[in-house]
Amino acid sequence: MADSTKDPPPGCADLQELEDAEELFPEPALTVKTEPSASEPASLPAEDISTNSNGPKQDLLFDEDPEDLFAEATEEVSLDSPERDLLLSDGPSPAITPITPPTSVITPCIGHAHDDMFTHSSFDEIEEEEGGDLFDMNISVSDPEKVGDGMNAYMAYKVTTKTSMSVFKRTEFSVKRRFSDFLGLHSKLASKYLHVGYIVPPAPEKSIVGMTKVKVGKEDQSSNEFVEKRRSALERYLMRTVKHPVLLKDPDVLQFLESSDLPRAVSTQALSSAGLLRMVNKAADAVNKMTIKMNESDAWFEEKQQHFENLDVQLRKLHASVESLVCHRKELSVNTAQFAKSAAMLGNSEDHTALSRALSQLAEVEEKIDQLHQDQANADFYLFSELLGDYVRLITAVKGVFDHRMKTWQKWQDSQMLLQKKREAEAKLQFTNKPDKLQQAKDEIKELEGKVQQGERDFEQISKTIRKEVSRFEKDRVKDFKTIIIKYLESLVQTQQQLIKYWEAFLPEAKAIS
Amino acid sequence: LASPPRAVNVDLQTDATLQVDISDALSERDKVKFTVHTKSTLPNFKQNEFSVVRQHEEFIWLHDSFVENEDYAGYIIPPAPPRPDFDASREKLQKLGEGEGSMTKEEFTKMKQELEAEYLAIFKKTVAMHEVFLCRVAAHPVLRKDLNFHVFLEYNQDLSVRGKNKKEKLEDFFKNVVKSADGVLVAGVKDVDDFFEHEKTFLLEYHNRVKDASAKSDKMIRSHKSAADDINRIASSLYTLGTQDSTDLCKYESLLKLLTFLCFKIEARVAADEDLKLADLLKYYLRESQAAKDLLYRRSRALVDYENANKALDKARAKNRDVLQAETSQQLCCHKFEKISESAKQELIDFKTRRVAAFRKNLVELAELELKHAKGNLQLLQSCLGVLKGNT
Repeated sequence: MADSTKDPPPGCADLQELEDAEELFPEPALTVKTEPSASEPASLPAEDISTNSNGPKQDLLFDEDPEDLFAEATEEVSLDSPERDLLLSDGPSPAITPITPPTSVITPCIGHAHDDMFTHSSFDEIEEEEGGDLFDMNISVSDPEKVGDGMNAYMAYKVTTKTSMSVFKRTEFSVKRRFSDFLGLHSKLASKYLHVGYIVPPAPEKSIVGMTKVKVGKEDQSSNEFVEKRRSALERYLMRTVKHPVLLKDPDVLQFLESSDLPRAVSTQALSSAGLLRMVNKAADAVNKMTIKMNESDAWFEEKQQHFENLDVQLRKLHASVESLVCHRKELSVNTAQFAKSAAMLGNSEDHTALSRALSQLAEVEEKIDQLHQDQANADFYLFSELLGDYVRLITAVKGVFDHRMKTWQKWQDSQMLLQKKREAEAKLQFTNKPDKLQQAKDEIKELEGKVQQGERDFEQISKTIRKEVSRFEKDRVKDFKTIIIKYLESLVQTQQQLIKYWEAFLPEAKAIS
Repeated sequence: LASPPRAVNVDLQTDATLQVDISDALSERDKVKFTVHTKSTLPNFKQNEFSVVRQHEEFIWLHDSFVENEDYAGYIIPPAPPRPDFDASREKLQKLGEGEGSMTKEEFTKMKQELEAEYLAIFKKTVAMHEVFLCRVAAHPVLRKDLNFHVFLEYNQDLSVRGKNKKEKLEDFFKNVVKSADGVLVAGVKDVDDFFEHEKTFLLEYHNRVKDASAKSDKMIRSHKSAADDINRIASSLYTLGTQDSTDLCKYESLLKLLTFLCFKIEARVAADEDLKLADLLKYYLRESQAAKDLLYRRSRALVDYENANKALDKARAKNRDVLQAETSQQLCCHKFEKISESAKQELIDFKTRRVAAFRKNLVELAELELKHAKGNLQLLQSCLGVLKGNT
């Protein structure tokens, strides 16, 4: 009966299959799909060119050769996509446009067509730059310390950045930040980038209960765990943010990491009026989303949206299972400890000496195993559960970005409809004798035409950005999970090695029973 | 069902003159039918090899007949096997069937497989428990000659032992109440004999500790199984995750699935090992130590009767009335007490020997199994890591 346990389901835990699994980690294919060629320059009215004076240093040397712009083009951009026409305009290259837009401008690209191209290319450029100035950055969040007393107290965290990247003045520096600072940073980034299609990593969640315990000064295990959980989440949040090539160069991010003083973000309080306003807006958004019926001409978007819906459901389910596992493992640890004590007692009352000793040894082994269970539970939690939680929130951000695209489309459509109406009105006015009204109408039409064209450009822009973002997101997802799996496996390896040690020590004791 | 390996929990001498095992078992809706197979060179039996079909109630009948037999008062009666209990497992299977619509076919199949394996494990265990009982009886120099036992082994018709009716169950209940009250009384009487005094103290404490250890080990194993179930669910989720992704990610997810199955295997195996070697052992010795306690109780009862008979004789002699009757009674009690004491001593020594041997065997096997699995898992994990890291 001992050895007749069921065979594992076919195809798993099979050494042979593992050896065949070498191809399980394909590198994402980067193919150069397009060959840039000249096409008509788009003629679009110039918008305000508000340069980003507070942007990062002009280290981004623009490469004159347009062909390099597409070195990183992914398969996603089809040859006949409308974006391409915009990209291929060969106007003169202006000075470097840093990627960070001022908050007032809707699109990250500044101004006219050429800038459009350069923004895209700048994005590509950043990636290419990444190739030269490799992403080398490590942020750690550490040393949580309580500042202040009572309900006004807060936790201050030390944020240390170690980097060799040229965008930073120093190679190692640290600042003190509190939780609301992180929320403030996210809020700024979200308002700048979300509506143009960038997947801005969401900030860790607020927890009134957790924080209150800390404020009140409860120094118990659960509040320590809470602080550690938060610290870890903040660290992951920052790393995700800076891994995004566009966000990394954002002045708010740089300021957050570098400057010792940071204006306090006040509108991040959960129960503030700003917070309530946010909730109302979110609700309104949800309603609006339901009423937008977009004619999806691009199957890619439809497919991806469905994909993310499914992913959302699955990840949530997985997250719930992992949380259940963490819970059961903690329970197991408690029960193992109790059993260990009980076995020790049994050993005490056993009157055969050698058996008594062996039982005490068994109790010791079980105690050590209990510790292993605890460590394993921590690994389960910090490695998997939190990662899954992060991804569930990230997917929400991704879905948000798709929603913004729909809103952009809607805006475009609205402009078009308005233009249509104005044109009809103008046509009617032609037959009346109101020259100034007519002129006014003509002016309005001219303005609206511009708006429509801008709307179309915005829509195409966000679509293109989303494609890039999604591909980057998926790549990162695979990498993230892979890293975590390796870490988890390493922890499992350690556990097994420990188990072997313990049982090998115990075996002679058991055999010594005569 | 192939005959499960014998001597799961107890170390028994195999004796060619009488060998008993359960060669087959059939699980029907509300009962289990055991095929009891006997091989014997003893002249009592008509044939040398034969089989009958028995149900759980018939095992209980046999056990109870031993307990009620005054001649066996001086022996540790092998504890009765526990009733086959598939209720929990059946309930789980039923719940699974009800929830079939809410999960994917993959998940459903996997969970069903696991539950069926669990059912099978419980089934095998109950067979083993019933077999151990019979083997203990067959190994006992006196009990193996019992007539009821031979009837049990040989009579190929239904023994028609009905379960106890309400009245009888109530009687049993009151008997137990009286017994435990008596037990307290009797335990207070200090024994002249050091050996028995020691055994009494020892057994009382030991029994309680084994009970506690058994309960705690059950709890521990249940947690372990819950954790393993979670991992199983995670594996299923990952599977569905994988099949919805694009092909690149799909390959990656299938590795993930593989790894999760591995983790599940790790947990489930450990839980199963602990269950077999530790939990079953403790449960069995819980029952055996109770049987040993019962023996001591019977002896104490006989001692009390003897002492009372002595007192009655003294009184009769003093009054010079019914002396002969008192003398006979006293002699009977004396004889009964001495007989019980003599065999009890040997029984308790044998109990210790068996216990030590069984613990040794199971602890050694537990350690060896844990080592075997840990080493196997380690190898597999390291290969997985190699593949993953090599792919970067």
